[in-house]
Amino acid sequence: MENITVKINGSEISVPKGTTVLEAAHMAGIEIPTLCYMKEINEIGACRICVTEVNEGRGFRLVAACVYPCSNNMEILTSSPKVIEARKKTIELILSTHDRKCLSCVRSGNCELQKLCKDYGVDDAGVFDGERNIYEVDNSAAHMYRDNNKCVLCRRCVAVCANTQGIGVIGANERGFKTFIGSAFDMGLGETSCVSCGQCIAVCPVGAISEKDYTKEVLAAIADPEKTVLVQTAPAVRAGLGECFGLPVGTNVEGKMVAALRKLGFDKVFDTDFGADLTIMEEAHEFIDRLKYKSGVLPMITSCSPGWVKFCEHYYPDLIDHLSTCKSPQQMFGATAKTYYAEKMGIDPKNIVVVSIMPCTAKKFEIGRDDQSAAAGCPDVDYALTTRELGRMIERAGINFHALPDDKFDEPLGISTGAGVIFGATGGVMEAALRTAIHELTGENVTDLNKLRGTDGIKEATYDVGGVEVKVAVVSGLANARIVLDKIKSGEADYQFIEIMACPGGCVNGGGQPQVPMSVRNFTDIRKERAKVLYDLDSSMPLRQSHENPAIQEMYETFFGKPGSRKAHKVLHTSYVKRSVN
Amino acid sequence: MNSSKSTVPFKGTPEQEAQLVAFVEEKKDSQGALMPILQKAQEIYGYLPIEVQKIISDRTGISLEKIYGVVTFYAQFSLYPKGEYTISVCLGTACYVKGSGDIYDKLQEMLGIAGGECTADGKFSLEACRCIGACGLAPVLTVNEDVYGRLTVDDVDKIIAKYA
Repeated sequence: MENITVKINGSEISVPKGTTVLEAAHMAGIEIPTLCYMKEINEIGACRICVTEVNEGRGFRLVAACVYPCSNNMEILTSSPKVIEARKKTIELILSTHDRKCLSCVRSGNCELQKLCKDYGVDDAGVFDGERNIYEVDNSAAHMYRDNNKCVLCRRCVAVCANTQGIGVIGANERGFKTFIGSAFDMGLGETSCVSCGQCIAVCPVGAISEKDYTKEVLAAIADPEKTVLVQTAPAVRAGLGECFGLPVGTNVEGKMVAALRKLGFDKVFDTDFGADLTIMEEAHEFIDRLKYKSGVLPMITSCSPGWVKFCEHYYPDLIDHLSTCKSPQQMFGATAKTYYAEKMGIDPKNIVVVSIMPCTAKKFEIGRDDQSAAAGCPDVDYALTTRELGRMIERAGINFHALPDDKFDEPLGISTGAGVIFGATGGVMEAALRTAIHELTGENVTDLNKLRGTDGIKEATYDVGGVEVKVAVVSGLANARIVLDKIKSGEADYQFIEIMACPGGCVNGGGQPQVPMSVRNFTDIRKERAKVLYDLDSSMPLRQSHENPAIQEMYETFFGKPGSRKAHKVLHTSYVKRSVN
Repeated sequence: MNSSKSTVPFKGTPEQEAQLVAFVEEKKDSQGALMPILQKAQEIYGYLPIEVQKIISDRTGISLEKIYGVVTFYAQFSLYPKGEYTISVCLGTACYVKGSGDIYDKLQEMLGIAGGECTADGKFSLEACRCIGACGLAPVLTVNEDVYGRLTVDDVDKIIAKYA
């Protein structure tokens, strides 16, 4: 590609034609601050935080670095007095309609606005204070709240909802000073067809949107001597939790996470990976049944991602028969804990509290779905916390995360295989299911199905499964799901098995994972870094196929019988409902 | 949250819907189709309640929120129907200095609606207007074609009573 030369703060650098001022500065080792900008998702040049002086031969003037393309021989000043003054004024104006309640804010400490204020010496003097809009907090959704008193109108949440997820239940209403982010006809988010994926929370620079916090309820359960409190951790949590404690993106903290949970007082520290292995047993068998005995429609689509399931129910209700009837690993774990484990240990399921730590906000919605209660009168899972909530619990308990030793999960529901751990990355469920399905039909042991890996939004592959050619697709991000689902509807697609995850890159990039500042996200693929943790774990494990899990084998022998048995159906499977679009 | 759904029952007819759908189908694949579609819909129905916006959303694939965002952005679009009687209070300079602001406030309070809205029984809608050229009678309001001038706040009750 053709290169051009620009001069940044006096130093020349050669950059490809089409490079923005922001990207050129990054290449020169200078980070220009941004607020609204999200690479390829929200390139609107609206907030003016990134303004930078450029001279293209007509004198210096201020432009938005995030969207302004470099031209040959352009001179760029990234932190001249004029630039600093402009940015400072913009921050002060944003603050003039902000509630400035940092002390009680969930994002204090990792808020992008707070950091800008610190960097530019903006305090709470309120130099531009005047009229302010006061908003009611929207608490209507099961998984999150919106407090527009903190919103900076950057529209990152709007862009990710509409563009990345293809949903668009939030947007800018009214105009000018009255503009606010909300839903159609000012409905609460809970009334809309929001799928609870939480991608909006993951990209919010401030504390305007956040998950509903249940850490207090969990601590109360732990303190109750009557209750046996079991915790399960989803695969992706071990690949993200370290970021809450300043560790680099892509650090595996499985051992420290287990140690921290034990210190927090959970009676047993178990692993959702066990639930994932169990899901594979049921799902692989369900797939074989549909493929060989035509017991259900094809393509079969995975049902692990509750954001995806809700999306299907709202936007593609005609396709719900394609969804696997398997509960998600979280729910399978809870259902097992309150039936098999309760029976085995002689504990009344009413006295068992199952807490799950999830990279996901839709899990908070999922625990309240109908038909998620295998033991009469007991929800399969009592509380679903996000990775961020666990981070806060550890911090508040004064646990020095870095000094923790590496600890191991409890048995038997903490025993898992490499197939369970890769559930957290896009393609992982498909790979795990095919490992077991191929073994079931041919007796062969296959492990590395590399065509299913990587962060592409849509991946396709064809495998020989016991003499039958099986065409599979792996999809992440709901806008991508629309493309594939429309092909199924029109009859164009000829897949037999599809994995769909609501969040781009799968659970590692879930809406419940620690927020990574956009200054990092714009230049690093966090999906790839976190997924690597899971694939490394998989390849280091002695057992890498779900059916090899000894705890799973014992449970089938003593409790469920065979995968797909009547008892398994009662405890581990579920059904779906058609929902409307709002 | 306060919903901004109109409390006046929707009275759209199948003919109106057919007219709108025909227009949407003709326009929907061209770029920037939403504005002309919304203008046409308002021309057909007089306003753009949720029922109408949903027809447009279903047919175009544009999310309801995006449509609502555009409708609330432009002053030319209304979420509320016109009542049987439209009360227009002049807030032009002459009327305003003579106290029409207080009259406007009193009407909002009496009717229980904000400017731009319509009462639940569909009887009255209220709006502010700029100078109607009757400054000599300031402050002025109109009810449909009837003009009332040299008003005080106390006159408002009697005027409403004539139409109620």
